Amino acid sequence: MERTVDWLVVIPLAPLLAAIANFLFGKWWIRDRAHWLAVPAVGFSFLASVAAAWTVLGHHQLLRQPLYTWISAGEFQVPVELVIDELTAIMLLVVTGVSFLVHVYSIGYMHHDPGYYRFFAWLPLFVFSMVMLVLASNFLVLFVFWEAVGLCSYLLIGFWFRRRSAAEAAKKAFVVNRIGDFGFALGIMLLFTKVGTLEYQAVFEAIPRLSSGTVTTIALLLFTGAIGKSAQLPLFVWLPDAMEGPTPVSALIHAATMVTAGIFMVARAHPIFLASPLALWIVAVIGALTSFVAATIATTQFDIKRVVAYSTVSQLGYMALALGVGAWIPAIFHLFTHAFFKALLFLGSGAVMHAMHDELDMRRMGGLKRWMPLTYWTLVIGAAANAGIAPLAGFWSKDEILVSAWVGGAPLLALLGLAAAFFTALYMFRAVFLTFHGQPRFDPHQLHPHDPPATMAVPLVVLAIGAATTGFLGVPPEAGWIHHALEPVFESAAHHEVTLSLTLGLAIASTLVAFAGLWIAYAAYVRGTLSPAAVAARLGPFYRLAANGWYFDFIYQRYVVRPLDAAATWLWRSVDVGIIDGAVNGSARIVASTAQLWRRLQTGLVANYALMIALGTVVLVGAYLVFGSTLFR
Amino acid sequence: MSELSATHFLLLSAALFIIGMVGVLTRRNVLVIFMCIELMLNAVNVSLIGFAWELHQLTGQVFALFVIAIAAAEAVVGLGIVMALTRRADTVDIDELRQLRE
Repeated sequence: MERTVDWLVVIPLAPLLAAIANFLFGKWWIRDRAHWLAVPAVGFSFLASVAAAWTVLGHHQLLRQPLYTWISAGEFQVPVELVIDELTAIMLLVVTGVSFLVHVYSIGYMHHDPGYYRFFAWLPLFVFSMVMLVLASNFLVLFVFWEAVGLCSYLLIGFWFRRRSAAEAAKKAFVVNRIGDFGFALGIMLLFTKVGTLEYQAVFEAIPRLSSGTVTTIALLLFTGAIGKSAQLPLFVWLPDAMEGPTPVSALIHAATMVTAGIFMVARAHPIFLASPLALWIVAVIGALTSFVAATIATTQFDIKRVVAYSTVSQLGYMALALGVGAWIPAIFHLFTHAFFKALLFLGSGAVMHAMHDELDMRRMGGLKRWMPLTYWTLVIGAAANAGIAPLAGFWSKDEILVSAWVGGAPLLALLGLAAAFFTALYMFRAVFLTFHGQPRFDPHQLHPHDPPATMAVPLVVLAIGAATTGFLGVPPEAGWIHHALEPVFESAAHHEVTLSLTLGLAIASTLVAFAGLWIAYAAYVRGTLSPAAVAARLGPFYRLAANGWYFDFIYQRYVVRPLDAAATWLWRSVDVGIIDGAVNGSARIVASTAQLWRRLQTGLVANYALMIALGTVVLVGAYLVFGSTLFR
Repeated sequence: MSELSATHFLLLSAALFIIGMVGVLTRRNVLVIFMCIELMLNAVNVSLIGFAWELHQLTGQVFALFVIAIAAAEAVVGLGIVMALTRRADTVDIDELRQLRE
């Protein structure tokens, strides 16, 4: 069933208008009132999304609104059309809902920032781009807004652009994403040359006609884009650095919404991936490795935001693993629950930073529980949800992914995911204990930490409720509300029979593993019976591997960035200065010297000019008289 | 000497024109050059009138009237320029007025 309506456009339009208004008039006129526009606009967008989702999820009715034809070149038509199916409806709720809470939080967090209006111009612009990304009805529109969210990410990571590290991080995020986007663009082009259209429905119907090699190539190229955007191995290096942006940005873009674009895209294009078992297998392996590698790195970090950032990478790895084993619904389910607890964790660490005057190092925190009970309890809920402790949100969705991986023919990957779950619990509670328990490792008389103001506290509480309860949307496993809601989208996907004993077994295993991580964190950082330094020394090279982020940055710096730098310098010195500038300057010099020669004709003597005129006339008239009959016929 | 014909007019006109042109080419004083240009214009007038007389048509006379009108306008502009020149550069010698060369 499908219905054409004319009000869908307000969902992206409201944030866009707010962004434009703040961008144009923010500096001189709106200034500190920027949130008056942005927050209601995004809230309105959220309400409209709820209305749309109500229709779509409640009646399983597709909503669409054609806007206009963007490109019309003979056979090639690119209409801009907003389409909401069940998958888009869920994404819309996540994007606009979390965005709204982050907007509210930002009122308190960004207060007194000189770039306040700028912040509230880029943030709604991001919401607009992300909403358009999920509403797109073809790959080209998807790609355009895929790039637009990349741009917003760049603008917001580099929000404090006067800080060199922020500018560098923004550049890094943009360049690394660009590598993935290059593959994504190639995939779309290949798709177009083979199929002749980019409309989702038409493409998916045409997939069975393509050879398996072509489909695999297309799927892998598309997934390259997801690797960049969703921070998978080996392109995840930009995400931890993206923490240079303001914390609400980290919460919104680098945890809850933008990074899930890659997961969403793969889920959206699932008919392509389903047609290629090899591509699916690669997606699963990369996902599982990402979740494990990032979890180990997170365990060794001392910067609270970097811990949460690596945790994001790790959770995105889980989602990719789910996609790879064809567990589309668990992937989206995890995306949904993750948005809540990850936004909560980031906003909570933002509250801690706020209280500690921008201190990020957990070694200089401790004992904050006394002064910040609200932040503490919401963060504990977020951490437990992230660690997959029953019955919080993360438990249900992560467990379902592991079960799907097990029955989907990849028990080894499921075990890798289980190992990652152990580290997840370890690093999450390590962060909580280091920050909130024990004795303060700072001077409490100087800092006076305190719970955040209402605009920041309310989003924390709402997100904590979400992190605690959204998991029940997927209960019972395989037959919860979210499964029924998403079923029509993934009809074609294969279903694996899951036995109750397996589900229970894995649930118990993952709970045990999570509690093991929790217990080790407790022993090391609260009771002090286990010395973290001794463990690190004992593990030696393994610890150094994780602490240095598995040397990804190091390898990129030495084997990619530096050679490219050298090559660029060479091109600049020899080709640019020598050949290109030389050619331009040389031709200018030739013109100048020729002009010097001709310049001698200009004596400045009027008599000379008059003589020339007279002589010229004589010559012309003489020529007319002599050759008149033949020349000037 | 035979009867008056167009040749006489043209001879007079050519003589006047050449006198004017030589004046323009050889003299240094802007005012004199200016007067020589007027002379050349009037030489043309003579030939125009001569043709009108020869062909029994008024066109040439009308043309001459136009040339006189334009010459008057030109005199206004030209004399204005000469005035401005003398005020600015304090000279009417065109050999000293070579600023445009640079």
